[in-house]
Amino acid sequence: MKTPYSAFSLLRGALNGQKHWEPAWRDPEPRASYDVIIIGGGGHGLATAYYLAKVHGIRNVAVLEKSWIGGGNVGRNTTLVRSNYRLPQLHNFFEFGLKLWHNLSDDLNYNVMFSPRGAMFLGHNDGDMIKLAERGDAMRCDGIDAELLSPKQIAKIEPLLDLSRSARFPIDGALIQWRAGTARHDAVAWGYARAADALGVDIIQKCEVTGFVKDGNKITGVETTRGRILAGRTGICVAGHSGHVAGLAGLRLPIESQTLQALVTEGVKPMVQSVVMSQSLHFYVSQSDKGGIVMGGDPDNWPSYARRGQPTIKEHAIAQAVSVMPALSRLRMLRTWSGVTDMSFDGSPIIGPSPIDGLYLNAGWCYGGFKATPASGWTYAHTLATGKAHELNAPFSLERFMTGATIDETAVGPMPNHR
Amino acid sequence: MYQITCPHCGPRAQTEFTYERTTDSVVDPASDAATAMQALFTRANPMGLDDEIWRHTYGCRAWMVLTRHRVTHEIHAVKAIGPEALP
Repeated sequence: MKTPYSAFSLLRGALNGQKHWEPAWRDPEPRASYDVIIIGGGGHGLATAYYLAKVHGIRNVAVLEKSWIGGGNVGRNTTLVRSNYRLPQLHNFFEFGLKLWHNLSDDLNYNVMFSPRGAMFLGHNDGDMIKLAERGDAMRCDGIDAELLSPKQIAKIEPLLDLSRSARFPIDGALIQWRAGTARHDAVAWGYARAADALGVDIIQKCEVTGFVKDGNKITGVETTRGRILAGRTGICVAGHSGHVAGLAGLRLPIESQTLQALVTEGVKPMVQSVVMSQSLHFYVSQSDKGGIVMGGDPDNWPSYARRGQPTIKEHAIAQAVSVMPALSRLRMLRTWSGVTDMSFDGSPIIGPSPIDGLYLNAGWCYGGFKATPASGWTYAHTLATGKAHELNAPFSLERFMTGATIDETAVGPMPNHR
Repeated sequence: MYQITCPHCGPRAQTEFTYERTTDSVVDPASDAATAMQALFTRANPMGLDDEIWRHTYGCRAWMVLTRHRVTHEIHAVKAIGPEALP
């Protein structure tokens, strides 16, 4: 059993030069078989393993990661956490997760630096304000906090926004969710990994799945770069690479992989208090705890696994952010990066059984997977433990694309490159 | 960013082009419901070559098929197509 992290252990460690620290998780050799194998050691895969062990008592679990923990999308996002969706299937799912976020540091004994600083969606015209009011009402009907703000109220929170009528994109108001915010993304991966490992889960890095072991229409294990590993149930949880891994099992998914970019500026004193987003424009901006301004925008709207994007997409997001917050123009860009997103055909995720026995799917998170980490792990663990969907992920079945029960928040239709 | 050689205009910046869908996801009106749904709602999404329909939207507006690698972005072939090939 690991020593819990605490102020006391830190003080006691000070007496012997802090030499008592152990690795946060083991580096085990893969066993011949497990009850459950989770393919993909990202935030969702690690959270799934943690809740399988903690909530369902299934501890004979392996998480297989082709590279290293924290190197995929869990380390490449913009760390936003919110549940302000209009459709009830979505906001109830993300709200369940948001409640887990509020207690996550205590639960994991790992400071994930969750900071509920508020997330506001800006409205730039009457149509925007009607849509934001409708969204806020839908959320409040299900007990989720949402408040419409006037430009005067916005000015008190974000004094650097250009609220003049002569602005390129005048701001008529905003919808704020106060309980939303940001978290430290690496800490989320490390915290779940450490907590899952402490409960007996094997986290196996540098272990890429290269194929599946099949017995009729049943998957009974995986072929990996570290040998064959058998499993009672196998769960795919690989975000942008879902199409590739499902393809190894012969499945074609309603997913197309695209590049999503983000960038951060040099660190400055506090200037952005909340998370500011605009869906009419296409940008979002927040300030990290180190002081860097984190920005992002649209995905590059064509298929790619390359993890590098076009400069024009970044330029577009920066231009819009600068137009609503002119002071940002004085900052220098420090870093940019990209991740591979799994764009689904209605903009909503897929969590549930696949058409192949013994194989389960967790995919299709588009550009919004980070905030879902606890809820995704919780419901996927339920699905892997029982073979059935939890009531929160029941609407997110793969069959919905064939039955027509799609969950299309933005009403775009089956065009992942137009989202 | 890279260049795409339009069959009509020659090499142009990629920003002039937009991606539409893959050739195997064009819905054939004569197909049965299951096949049509498969084309409309699923993709092979390979980590390799795929045949993609692109359009020179901010140029001559012609449609074409790119055989393009999804990891290296290398374009192996560009083929002009007519309106009859479109969904």
